[in-house]
Amino acid sequence: MSRFLVKRLAGAFVVLVLVSLMSFAIIWLVPGDPTAAFLDTSATPDQVARLRQQLGLDRPIAMQMLDWYARIVQGDLGHSILLNRSVTAAILERLPVTLSLAGLALAFALVMGVLAGIVAAVHHNRWPDQLVMSLALFGLSVPDFWLGIMLILLFAVKLGLFPTGGYVPFSEDPFGWAGTIIMPALTLAIIQVGFVARMTRASMLEILNQDFIRTADAKGLKRAEIMLRHGLPNALIPILTVGGIVAGALLGGAVIIEQVYSIPGVGRLIIGGILSRDYPVIQGGLLFLAVIYLTVNLVVDILYAVADPRVRLE
Amino acid sequence: MSIAIAKPELAPRSPTMIVIVRLFQSRSFLIGAALVLAIALVAVFADVLSPYDPLRNSFRTRLRPPDSTFWFGTDHFGRDILSRVIHGARISLVIGLMTALLTGIAGTMIGAVAGFFPTLDNPIMRLMDALMAFPAIVLAIAVAAVLGASVVNVIIALSIATTPHTARIVRASVLVVREREFIEAARALGASDLRVLCRHVMPNAFGPLIVRLTYVFATAILAEAALSFIGVGPPPPAPSFGSIIAQGRDFITEAPWITIFPGLAIIVSVLGLNLLGDGLRDVLDPRMRT
Repeated sequence: MSRFLVKRLAGAFVVLVLVSLMSFAIIWLVPGDPTAAFLDTSATPDQVARLRQQLGLDRPIAMQMLDWYARIVQGDLGHSILLNRSVTAAILERLPVTLSLAGLALAFALVMGVLAGIVAAVHHNRWPDQLVMSLALFGLSVPDFWLGIMLILLFAVKLGLFPTGGYVPFSEDPFGWAGTIIMPALTLAIIQVGFVARMTRASMLEILNQDFIRTADAKGLKRAEIMLRHGLPNALIPILTVGGIVAGALLGGAVIIEQVYSIPGVGRLIIGGILSRDYPVIQGGLLFLAVIYLTVNLVVDILYAVADPRVRLE
Repeated sequence: MSIAIAKPELAPRSPTMIVIVRLFQSRSFLIGAALVLAIALVAVFADVLSPYDPLRNSFRTRLRPPDSTFWFGTDHFGRDILSRVIHGARISLVIGLMTALLTGIAGTMIGAVAGFFPTLDNPIMRLMDALMAFPAIVLAIAVAAVLGASVVNVIIALSIATTPHTARIVRASVLVVREREFIEAARALGASDLRVLCRHVMPNAFGPLIVRLTYVFATAILAEAALSFIGVGPPPPAPSFGSIIAQGRDFITEAPWITIFPGLAIIVSVLGLNLLGDGLRDVLDPRMRT
């Protein structure tokens, strides 16, 4: 196990170094001068020079990179030009909002997806299976933001059951929080349920074809017992990986859905930064999202190795 | 009365024929191909099919709900939504197709090199892992915004976001094919690395790539819409599915049809491509069958 851990951690570290380099390097993609987005043509050379200095663009690229690494190891993601405050502080302030949205969506997606996948596998090739698979395919084909708009139109505008958007912190009003977060979380989840259901079904079908299931059947166990005691626990191990993939997808999805429902989370901060060319926010935001993704997948891989010894002995 | 007569096999079928026959037996493939063909025809013959000019403003017909004159209604400039959706198919499909092509080229080159040359494998794949750590849609939005809004930049941004996964898939199939006996045979005959890779490895690694590119095509249409919604998609006035939805956003309560119809067009296109991909996967890549 320790050998597996060391190998996996070393791999994650290399990727982390590359990820931070790429987050920084996005500013090199800018055609022309990055300061042009903030200053109009009437800007004096002095103003341009000051902004270049503020962005660190006046220094050699190697020094810029060294600075960047020296800062991020201390958790300092830079200083937002437009917000005029620390990017790290701005992200941390909004993090609970995004985490509650993505966390709730993950819970919805996993519970609904695993249940639907089990139903489909148990009724393999019959109508419940076909229904689940059709819905799954549909979910994979709907644009998430469009689905969000449609749900707002139906549940908020027409039926008046939920507010059309905004956010109420849990600490202020738990019911208000639920009202603002359930619809966005469901929107996010619906897009991912199909994927989870497909993977659960595939994993379950593979397990149900194995010899020990036939043995259980032959010794006269009840069908429900075979499914729940012998089938499901084994089928759930690959679902761990699915959880990691879905968590990553939800992170990206949350960025879009926060726009649709006007939720003041990390996603809105990053999109705002991208649209106004606030480079420290773009760089810090991208790095932050990638680090969360890498951490989630590292944890998933380690859990997988704990649950399935074959992985770590490989 | 009918008597079933088994047709004698005249000659052994070629592998290509077997694939084609199996594809035509796949319901997913047939439905998907029909949908994609229909949308493609709409895009190609957009000028003939659309009842009105998709760019013509008309104050007298603004925000009209769907009726017999304007089947999908009109927007705030009085433009016919049906005509805009028909023309939107053109830009959305071009973006999807070009993204699939670019990703196919880049992903094949990167994946083939990583899979075929063991010394380059680790560095290349760690680089791909790093790119995959960013949520694809956020990476695409950032790149498109930084490069500036244009159809070409949207294609570049989406290709950057979809290439790492494609490279990983190509690499995986190259790794499998590389160990087969006919590769050893080709080497024994004195074939160079390049020749072995291009003539023997790649043709046998194409199945999963084709399947992946079908899904990339579908993903690109969805992502283009999201990019337009955020405001970094193809610039107006030319319509894409996404930009029509983005413009309908401010009129969502008074004129929901502006948003609804292009959304349905996206669903039909992406559903078609996903079905096509599922059908191809079942035939070309039986290992991935679910």
